[in-house]
Order: sequence, then structure tokens, then C-alpha cells
Amino acid sequence: MFMKSVAEQKVLALNGNEAVAYAVKQCDVDVVAAYPITPQTIIVERFSEYVANGEVETAFVCTESEHSALTACLAASLTGARAFTASASAGLALMHEMLFVTSGCRAPVVMAIANRALSAPLNIHGDQSDTMAQRDSGWIQIYAENAQEVYDSVIQAFRIAEHPDVLLPAMVCLDGFQLSHSMENVSVLPDEVVKKFVGVRQFPKVLTHEGKLAPLRLDPENPMTIGPVAFPNYYFEFKRQQEEAMRKAVEVIRQVHNEYARISGRSYGDGLLDAYYLEDAEIATVCLGSTAGTVKAVVDELRAEGVKAGLLRIRAFRPLPVEGIQKTLGNVKAVGVMDRSMSFGGHGGAVFHEVRHALYDLDKRPMVVNYIYGLGGRDTNLTQIRAIYKDLQEIAQKRRVEAPIKYVGLRE
Amino acid sequence: MQTEEWKFTAKDIVEKPDLFMSGHRACAGCAPATVMRLILKAVRGPTIVTVATGCMEVVSTTYPYTSWNAPWLHTAFENAAANASGIETAIKILRKKGRIKDQHVDVIAIAGDGGTYDIGIQALSGAVERGHDFLFVLYDNEAYMNTGIQRSGGTPLGAATTTSPAGEVIPGKLEPKKPIADIMVAHEIPYVATASPYYWRDLIIKVRKGLEVEGPAFLHVLAPCPRGWRSDPSKSIELSRLAVETCVFPLWECINGEYQLSAPSKVIAMAPQKKKPVKEYLAVQGRFRHLFTPKYEKLVDEIQRITDLRWQKLLKKCGLT
Repeated sequence: MFMKSVAEQKVLALNGNEAVAYAVKQCDVDVVAAYPITPQTIIVERFSEYVANGEVETAFVCTESEHSALTACLAASLTGARAFTASASAGLALMHEMLFVTSGCRAPVVMAIANRALSAPLNIHGDQSDTMAQRDSGWIQIYAENAQEVYDSVIQAFRIAEHPDVLLPAMVCLDGFQLSHSMENVSVLPDEVVKKFVGVRQFPKVLTHEGKLAPLRLDPENPMTIGPVAFPNYYFEFKRQQEEAMRKAVEVIRQVHNEYARISGRSYGDGLLDAYYLEDAEIATVCLGSTAGTVKAVVDELRAEGVKAGLLRIRAFRPLPVEGIQKTLGNVKAVGVMDRSMSFGGHGGAVFHEVRHALYDLDKRPMVVNYIYGLGGRDTNLTQIRAIYKDLQEIAQKRRVEAPIKYVGLRE
Repeated sequence: MQTEEWKFTAKDIVEKPDLFMSGHRACAGCAPATVMRLILKAVRGPTIVTVATGCMEVVSTTYPYTSWNAPWLHTAFENAAANASGIETAIKILRKKGRIKDQHVDVIAIAGDGGTYDIGIQALSGAVERGHDFLFVLYDNEAYMNTGIQRSGGTPLGAATTTSPAGEVIPGKLEPKKPIADIMVAHEIPYVATASPYYWRDLIIKVRKGLEVEGPAFLHVLAPCPRGWRSDPSKSIELSRLAVETCVFPLWECINGEYQLSAPSKVIAMAPQKKKPVKEYLAVQGRFRHLFTPKYEKLVDEIQRITDLRWQKLLKKCGLT
């Protein structure tokens, strides 16, 4: 019964960036505004080819900066357009101010991020410092494991962002080079199936200053003021509403993921968390993005050797699926959280903070340690992942944590 | 391209409904607020307005109130032109796809001198280079008035501000205004003009021309600020006249690269004896008070020299020398 609803698909050889561009092409996007930055550039290059060849009904704006790229997407979105952009690293950092304005204006812009290290020193290679630094900007963040999931996530992102209970911008994060530049087989849905799935953008009705109920957008027929100044008597309520939308996004991400699974035949855990051999796991790691592929290979080996190892891949980092993390990791003895970024002066990396924090409320808590890895594009291999699990086995046996924060593959 | 007959007599203007409404929180004597009202009197049909962070944004949209009876967007300080490019692009594609009513929509971006000369110039330069069809209006009150009178690239030579104070050894701002309108002309856009609210009809016509032209248009409006200029709140409009009469702020248009003086400045070009000394303009503003002390009085001559030099350059560009 499940399989009957699955659409016929063709397999294309695409790298992660091309998978993004192909998905955006199918999503009936009205405006794409972008600025080049490695390793994201291929996304907008491919997309501009679609525009040049008349394959899409999309206005493409090559702005003079990332700040203006996101501004143009935001303004287009508030005018009623479905808008998309892509960035990475320094480009995302330059957008920082506008990330908050975009979520604050409740503009459902979708952005792909080819995760890349932040300068200095200048480094074009992959890590997740760029998006981790924006985790409080009010954007939904979805991290993909492979090019297939990149394609699927972009399509889902428009539905999630534009959902009337959510109305928040969304980032789809793909590891720079590991995903952005690696070619994989990607099954793509027919254009009309995607078009039907994403649908035409709907607008919630709001009360205008003239006392009329009108769609929330800049419309000469129904003038409204968007982006006003709100002082201490109102500002706080605006922010609380954003948090409420994030909470609601947890369920929407799951629903959209499940609905998409029915037409594509592909699913990623429950859409929020991808649990791998966690039911009876005694030791487990937690990671985001493409590293999960390497970790899964190690888990397979360990399972074959009789070690009860597992993995929790966090797909939705914002909103953080706290209950799911508690449920899946609650019975594990030792958890190793892998961070591909640093929170200087904090106690470990951002993912470590969040996961350990989520587990704190449990009566019986696993021991949780942090492994920081892969910064600036440094390779992380099977041997290193194996060493992490060996370390976790020792922690589980000794029931004692000697060093809560460790660095993987670092010369010290 | 003129799309409808201009009806800009005083009677027409009074009868036309305001899109910038009263009840805003601007200071007494605020010329920028008058400028907003005049700009909106010039619209010819469906119009979307976007405003950079600054006085005119803050005084007019304190939630849950608004002074704008036009669709209106503010997002940040440095990006009014980028807002306009997003709005204009969206309108075009949504019309093409049949998602919105198939009608032309004018887009006006408004920013102060900080949001234009300084932090906003990158987005402005980029948006006009891309050729978006919008009008950018700079209301120039010659400093960051909203944050408390700090100097900007538009602050004139000798003016005291809170970050270019007149001290024992430094006589206020040491640099003349950046020639922003000429910089916009250098972008080879179809329409650039300067305007002053004293000459209200000239201002309204220039807004309309900027909307009617296809492609980017730029209008530089001098807008006195009594708080920052330390001037009598009842004299703001008079000051905006004096700036023109002294040639501190001449009125001109540049249509497709051709400069021409507007009537109030042309009168002075034709009869140079009508050109008033800058001293008259400076003397009624507290921000120049220190220039009338023996220590710094030579700077008045320097301001006169630079004003004359710029005026001569302008006359040459207009083919009047």
C-alpha cells in the first residue's frame, strides 16, 4: 500500500550543489537572489543556467553582496514571492543581521548552506562553524547526510517554512565539499509531482491598519506596515511568538517529512532525528550531516563484532527535537557528541551543549562527552570513529569521565 | 515617459489624500517629515514604499501605529535599495505568473544621509547597476540625527556634530560633503535630481519624473533638522530656501547624462548678483556658531570658496559658462 503512492523517479548523477539547484528548479520558486561564495557557487551557477535556458519561471538577481542577497529575498518574500538563496561561511556571516530580520518578519525564505569554515585563517573547506554561529537567528536548520537527502530536504523546506503554523525561514545545510562537490546517484521526482507537493504559496490573513483582513504581504490593494519599530511594550511578545512557531515546526517537519516519504519512498528517521541501531545501544555517538555516513559504516562493523553501538544523527538542529533526543538516548550508557565547530570559551561545542542539556532532565542520564573534529575540512576517517567508540566503551565500563572534551585528528 | 497629466497646483496637492499621515512623532520643525508628505503626494498609482532605519522610520511606525497608508517595508539600515530590488523583482515575476493583479507598481526607497552616503551606498550602487526600476529618495539632514547628531558623509564642512565637535583645536567637521548625486550620475542612470522642500512643486515634479522614468532614479532632497542644525524650528523651510539661494545646495536635474539647472538655481545663474553669501546660511545655524569666532572665522571663507567652486563646476556641466 505504501509503495503504490510512490512516484516513478529517475536517477541522476548530481553533486550536492546540483541536487539543491535541481530541487529549487522544481519548486516553482519566484525569486532567487544570490552572491557567489565557495563551496556554494555551483548552486547558483546551475540555477542561472536554468534561468538562461528558460527552464524556470524565476527571476534571478545577482546582488553585490550576501547582505543584499538575503535582503532582496526577504523583501521579495514579503511581496508574496517564494524566494531562495544560498551561501556559506563568510557570506552567511555577512548575512547575520538580516537572518534575524528575516525570521523576525516571518518571511519563509529558504537558503541552502554549503557548510564551510570561518576565517581567520582563511579556509574554504568544510566544517559547521558558519551555521552553528547562526543557531540563535530564528531559522530552521536541517542538516543532510548525502546528496539525495539534500534534494529531498530542499523540497520539504519550502513546505515547512511556508506552513501557516510556522512561517519561518529555513536553512538546508550540506557539508562543504563532502556533499557540495561529491557526485552521487540522486533519485529525482517528476516535476509535476514536486510542484504539486510544494503547491502555491498561501498567505495568512492579518488585520491591517484600515481594519481589513488581508493576506500578509506588501500589496497596494491592502496597504500594511511591515517591519515597524516595536518598543519594550511590544517587542517581547513578537519574540515569544517566534519561539512558539519554532515549537510548532517540530511537528510540521515530521508531518512534511512523512508526507514526502509517501510520494518518494524515502525517509530519514522521523524527519527530525535519524536513529541508527539505538534501540539496544549501550554506546552511541551523535552527529550532524555527512559524517553520519562514515559513522554508520563503523557501527555496522562494531555490530558485526557484537558491540552494542549506535548513532543518533540530528537532522533538525533548529528546532531541536528535545523529546526525541531524550527518548532515543535515554538508555544509552555513554554518548559521544561530535561537533564540527567550536564554541570558544564554552564547555565544548554547540551540539554537545544542546544534547547534554536535553538529557539533563532525565532521572537516569547517560554519560555524555564531546569530540570536536574535522575543522577546516580535516578528514575524519573510520579509524578515528572507531577510536571514539573504543573510548566510549571504556567510559561505559569505568562509569567515569576523565576528559569531557576531546579533539579528533588534531596535532597537539 | 509621462503617464498622466501632472496635477500639482496647490489646490490639487491639498485635495489629494495623504499617504503619509499626521500623528507621527517627528520633532517640531522636522523638514524630513514634510518631505515624506510631499513625496507621497507625487505618486501616480499603486506604490510600495521601503524606508531605511532612521528618523523617518522610527517616528512613523511605532507599533501598533503607522503613518503610512501605502504598503510599507523596513528591514534594516543599509539596505533600502536592496529592499527595493527584491520588491520590484517580485512584482515583475508575480505579475508574469498571474499571481497578483496585472498592474504596474511603483517602488520608492527612502533613506537618510547615513543610509545613503555611508552604510547604504553599497546596496544603492548595486541596485542601480542592476537597473531595477525604482526611485531612491535621499532625505539629507546632514548627520545621524536619529542616534543623536553624529557626523556622516553628508555632513558639511565646518559643522559641529557629536562626533565632529567644535573644540579648541578642531573646528567641527574637516571634510566637505561627498558629492553623492554626482556619484549617482556616474552610474549612468536615467534620472538624477536635487530638490528642496521650500520649492515644493519642483520637488513633487521631480519625484513624479523619477517614478515615470524606466529604470533607477535618484532624488537628493535637502531636509533641515532643527535639533541637529541647532536652528529655529520655525525656520526649517526658510533654511531649505537659503541653501538654494546661497548655492550651497543648487537644484538641478540630470536626465540621461545631461545636466540642467532647475528654475530656482537657474535664476541665480542668469543673475549672479542674486547669489547670497554662504555666511547668511551659516549664521542662522548653531552647528556653525564656532565659525563666527575669531579663531575659526577663516573657515567661512573656505566654505564660500568650495561652494563657489562646486557651483562653477555645475554651471559648466549645465553648459552655462
